Amino acid sequence: MSPPNTDSEEGSVSGGNVAATLEFREATKRYPGQDEPAVDHLSLEVPAGEICVFVGPSGCGKTTAMRMVNRMIDITEGDILLDGTSVRERRPAELRRQIGYAIQQIGLFPHLTIADNIATVPKLLGWPKDRIDSRVDELLELVSLDPHETRSRYPAQLSGGQRQRVGVARALAVDPPLMLMDEPFGAIDPINRERLQNEFLRLQQEIRKTVVFVTHDIDEAIKMGDKIAVLQKGGTLAQFASPAELLAYPKGKFVEDFVGADRALKRLALQRVRDVDLWKAPLAREGEPVQGLRAKISDADIDIPLLVDDAGRPQGWLSKRAMSGERVTKDLRSPAHPVVELDDILRDALSDLLESEAQYGPVVDEHGRVQGVLSLEVLAHALQIPPDQVPSGADAAPAH
Amino acid sequence: MLLAQIQFEQRKGDTCESENGFCPSWIGDNFERYVDPFWQHVFLTVTAVVLGFVIAFALALLAHRKRWLIPPISVTSQVLYGIPSVALFLLLLPATGRGNTTALIALVSYTLVFVFVNVSTGLDGVPEDSIDAARGMGLTENQLLWRVEVPLALPEIFAGLRIATTTTVGLAALAFFAGAGGLGEPIYRDIGFKSNVAVAGGLCVLLAAVLDLAILHAQRMLTPWRRATP
Repeated sequence: MSPPNTDSEEGSVSGGNVAATLEFREATKRYPGQDEPAVDHLSLEVPAGEICVFVGPSGCGKTTAMRMVNRMIDITEGDILLDGTSVRERRPAELRRQIGYAIQQIGLFPHLTIADNIATVPKLLGWPKDRIDSRVDELLELVSLDPHETRSRYPAQLSGGQRQRVGVARALAVDPPLMLMDEPFGAIDPINRERLQNEFLRLQQEIRKTVVFVTHDIDEAIKMGDKIAVLQKGGTLAQFASPAELLAYPKGKFVEDFVGADRALKRLALQRVRDVDLWKAPLAREGEPVQGLRAKISDADIDIPLLVDDAGRPQGWLSKRAMSGERVTKDLRSPAHPVVELDDILRDALSDLLESEAQYGPVVDEHGRVQGVLSLEVLAHALQIPPDQVPSGADAAPAH
Repeated sequence: MLLAQIQFEQRKGDTCESENGFCPSWIGDNFERYVDPFWQHVFLTVTAVVLGFVIAFALALLAHRKRWLIPPISVTSQVLYGIPSVALFLLLLPATGRGNTTALIALVSYTLVFVFVNVSTGLDGVPEDSIDAARGMGLTENQLLWRVEVPLALPEIFAGLRIATTTTVGLAALAFFAGAGGLGEPIYRDIGFKSNVAVAGGLCVLLAAVLDLAILHAQRMLTPWRRATP
């Protein structure tokens, strides 16, 4: 059998954009001598280009389910279809070379340089050397590592976060249509973990792979997943839904407990300030006629005018006295604090408001210009948005 | 015996030699007589280590896949190592006669334990996550073995090879019991003569050191990642 169409995606990371559909059909794994199956008649479909997160407590079969896809674990009953073809009909080694594989312990080869680590699968597929070299550099850049500095180093010479990036680059080496990621950021400290998650979501905006992502962390599942499969002990599927739907309508007590009592706050974490209908604020400039400002106030959602400078940046909320004369004076009742950005997630914005003991705060764009006002009422209303209108996975990642 | 007569002749009189002392001039004049035994010693050592390494390495690879083979092979190699060396040389004589074959059988059996145990330990010490990643990326079992497991076991393998080599240099000094020559022959023929023992013994030590350094050098060349510092 000849290697898969390796020529079509030559020299491009995003250009190939190949992604596969994945379907579990009553997939079951039973180990001899165990009463309960590890994975029990799991059925679900992952559309091409989406991240599907398997989440659940330890022993729920999430890793087993993932490892059945590339036949690291053999399926006992049922089937798994990759682009409509059963994985059981493929030779394991050949199947695995077409599926990206990233694990928590990363599993870089300590005796190979970073370049050789990344080149593992391209070499197995017999790519010519110059193609491998340019692909390695391209991948290193893709995961924000400097090719010149990193290429010829050994894994032991990199930090944990850098090794993790190399692990992702290696999994992406042949531009596989499907990626399996088993707690890929699990062993990283919280700060770098968040960075890597964001980086991966941005990468996914570009490459749009089909991804099976395993985690035990519901927050990570909500952040990373287009769809989340919650598994429970005995390997049964408790719920399969988008993050917003899971939080809005958890099915049964197990899922409800698993997503946690703060699920309204978690829903706020899915949305950004730019996604909600902001209040319109009456904007005032120093020296403008009070008459005109009064008209703006009656037209706005809030009756306290917000003073802005010439560039439209918020200066503070005006007092009554500022409007007592003919023209607006710079007489503030309170500073413009906190200032919220359009790209902030709603949970962080809420936290800012609570911290400043404020009911509302001006929202600015990337140039610092006022775009509206975010209030507690707007936030409460955001929870009423139907789950199917809330973005997820890579679509929910910060815009660039 | 002709050799003994010459020796006797050379060492009569009131000289350093006759007092069995350490005589640089005597060493200078007689160095030639050690050349053949030395090369015999090199031949015995290198051949035994190469053969022993190949056999034990193959057995260790086999046992790595078929784990149940590990106990019988380790026990056998340990029992072989446990037999006193002179006894083994003599025991083999009736079966294989005097000569290199007998000596090599004995020497090879002593190297097995070091190489087998170290290759096995090295292969077992390969990080689980590297193996899982290799399989997950589609390496076949053979590719896994030769591209990941064996390279990562190299430091242990080389350690075993070094012990086996230095040990064999020492044991080859007993190979003359089996009639295979080596530096043991001159040593034991005139063990009371300091010059003789110093030269023959010194050559043994030198050989052990040179071979050890050569292997160490090879190891450093083949395991550059071990020197990579953060």
